[in-house]
Amino acid sequence: MIQPLFWFFAILAVTSALMTVTRKNPVSSALWLIGTFFSLAAIYTLLGAFFIGAIQILVYAGAIMVLFLFVIMLLNLGHDYEADIRGHTWKALAGGSALVMLALLARMFGGESLVPPGSAAGPDMIAAQVAEYGTVGVIAFPMYGEYMILLQATAILLLIAVVGAVVLAKRKV
Amino acid sequence: MTAIPLSWTLALSAILFSVGTFGVVIRRNAIILFMCVELMLNAVNLAFVGLAPYAGIQGQVFVFFVIAVAAAEAAVGLAIIISVFRHSESVDIKNFRLLRW
Repeated sequence: MIQPLFWFFAILAVTSALMTVTRKNPVSSALWLIGTFFSLAAIYTLLGAFFIGAIQILVYAGAIMVLFLFVIMLLNLGHDYEADIRGHTWKALAGGSALVMLALLARMFGGESLVPPGSAAGPDMIAAQVAEYGTVGVIAFPMYGEYMILLQATAILLLIAVVGAVVLAKRKV
Repeated sequence: MTAIPLSWTLALSAILFSVGTFGVVIRRNAIILFMCVELMLNAVNLAFVGLAPYAGIQGQVFVFFVIAVAAAEAAVGLAIIISVFRHSESVDIKNFRLLRW
């Protein structure tokens, strides 16, 4: 049952991503991007990352996309939009760069030593850890222990981003 | 219960990243460029989550940090777009000549 669901959501994610890239209207682009985020959240839960799936919906599909839609409506871009897709030369360039990126990633991901040797590999490891610490605890314990400084740095980054966004968007500082 | 093979997840991640790259090159609307960057960040997150069962739970921890950084980036980027829109009445990057010679 998991594999057909993965295929369903994968096709949904890729279709929505393509629609995001090709729609003329910024609002419909944003709405299709929300579709991609939701299907990625479903895929995260299928992969056993339940907390990340919830965070994906809350932060990405909730907060960030509302921010995007708010800016689109604030700048009144929902109608009278000018066609902004570049010409044929750029289309060829875009296709070429996408293919190069795909080939590079396929080469990197297709290597033999992808799964680290010696690790207790497999989804069972995550399932065992989740059973021991809980869905949130399995992320929280390393985050508040091993990665404490990284967490503090992220907090400072968010503070700076909030102040910077206010200063940039204000008319007069 | 059959698990999802690692190669499928990574292939989906690579495809989504390529679609994001395509969008960044082909569009001129600054807001849609930002959306394509978010799409690429999500593709990277998917690779992290897919590799987490094999390389350790740290993959999911890093996804958390990537989401936090993406939120900060979206806030600052959209503020920049708003202030540039005030200057040139457009979000089309062909009209952004502030830093061009």
